[in-house]
Amino acid sequence: MKKENITVPEPIVNIIDLVLYYGKTKALKGINLDVSRKKITSFIGPSGCGKSTLIRCLNRLNDLIESVTIEGSIRIDGKDIYDPAIDVTELRRRVGMVFQKPNPFPKTIYENVVYGPRIVGISKKNTLDEICEKALKKAALWEEVKDRLHTNALDLSGGQQQRICIARAIAMEPEIILLDEPCSALDPIATAKIEDMLVELKKDYTVIIVTHNMQQAARISDFTGFFMLGELVEFNVTTEIFTNPREKQTEDYITGRFG
Amino acid sequence: MTREAYHKALKNLEDDVLQMGDMVADAIRKSVEALQKRDINASREIIKNDLLINKKRFDIEEKCISLIATQQPMAVDLRELTSILSIITDLERMGDHAEGIAKINVLLGNEPLVKPLIDIPRMAEIGLSMLDKCLKAFIDRDTEAARRICNEDDQVDALHDQIYRELLVLMMENPRIIHMATYLTWVSHNLERIADRVTNIAERIVFMVTGKMEEINVSKY
Repeated sequence: MKKENITVPEPIVNIIDLVLYYGKTKALKGINLDVSRKKITSFIGPSGCGKSTLIRCLNRLNDLIESVTIEGSIRIDGKDIYDPAIDVTELRRRVGMVFQKPNPFPKTIYENVVYGPRIVGISKKNTLDEICEKALKKAALWEEVKDRLHTNALDLSGGQQQRICIARAIAMEPEIILLDEPCSALDPIATAKIEDMLVELKKDYTVIIVTHNMQQAARISDFTGFFMLGELVEFNVTTEIFTNPREKQTEDYITGRFG
Repeated sequence: MTREAYHKALKNLEDDVLQMGDMVADAIRKSVEALQKRDINASREIIKNDLLINKKRFDIEEKCISLIATQQPMAVDLRELTSILSIITDLERMGDHAEGIAKINVLLGNEPLVKPLIDIPRMAEIGLSMLDKCLKAFIDRDTEAARRICNEDDQVDALHDQIYRELLVLMMENPRIIHMATYLTWVSHNLERIADRVTNIAERIVFMVTGKMEEINVSKY
């Protein structure tokens, strides 16, 4: 790593010398970064900088792409998640993911939320009801949908659909929630609801969010990493990044002098 | 450069600050000249023109607020905008001090001065030179120059103390001049405050460039 980055309190994730190739293209060029437990960490940077690629490494979604090869290591709670002995399904339960476009299943609201718990074998109605209510409450959606849990999730608004997806992730009791541009398809009110909810969620979960919206990173995250061309240019406390960045590249990007 | 209109607006704002700085410098210079020449009309003009300085300050403030609201400035740009908000407050108050000197000249009317003005113009001269260097440091982002300005403030403080002592002696010798001598201590006080406010601006420039808030001009008391 070229530059000394800050030490975060209570790291839950350690990314060490992570290099990722798509075929021969080096998409991540030796990333070193720690993610703090029960904090919001955001990754910002221009398109193609590697920020989405990086979060997809954290629950091994990149395994699904054949041409990907990875060097270095990622540890969650001290365990290397690329260790062959790791159960990837269990990893993805612990590290949930929410994508840019809301992608609820074409099922009822209730069935969307309890989908994961059902897969892992929970079938008792009472338990599933409890899981559903708890997850929807945490996703700040319960009040809006409690009277129509058995209607189709696709009938909800975009913002509500995105919160269904977050509830679906929460229902699996993950430790870490990854969000890849979760608000880019939403209007400002729906965005504000999600942001408020994420700030609430960090009481229980570690949140990592990729966003193109710098104001969003500034508003909600505790730590921010700025990426460019596959490198982590700067990682620091969010207020420092947005008021007094150390690197010129960061400053040029966040002040719009980049390009 | 990707956000050209925004950065052009920031640049224009700097020009506005320079213009306001010139207006204030002009008011300070003329207020002392009018006092020396006992030119009451010139003093009345300064009092009237202070409204223009105040208006300029509001214009700049509005532009800053509008840029913050519409452009979400970050990092160095955010520091520049918040610094400008602080700098124009200091400049506006410096304009008020010049107006204060002009008002004293009006109050003194045709009464002859108790002593020739030597140190008061000298204080004004140093203050104006500090302001000039400060505005240059603002444009050049020159923290070293900004720090040096703060040292010059000591000379102004020393002159103020000297004038105060001299006038005190004169007042003890001749209580009938207390009225005028008190007014002159107020002139000196206004000039001392002007130089102090230049050091506030210098501190803002250091913050704007480095992102660190620091007190450079430490009081000797």
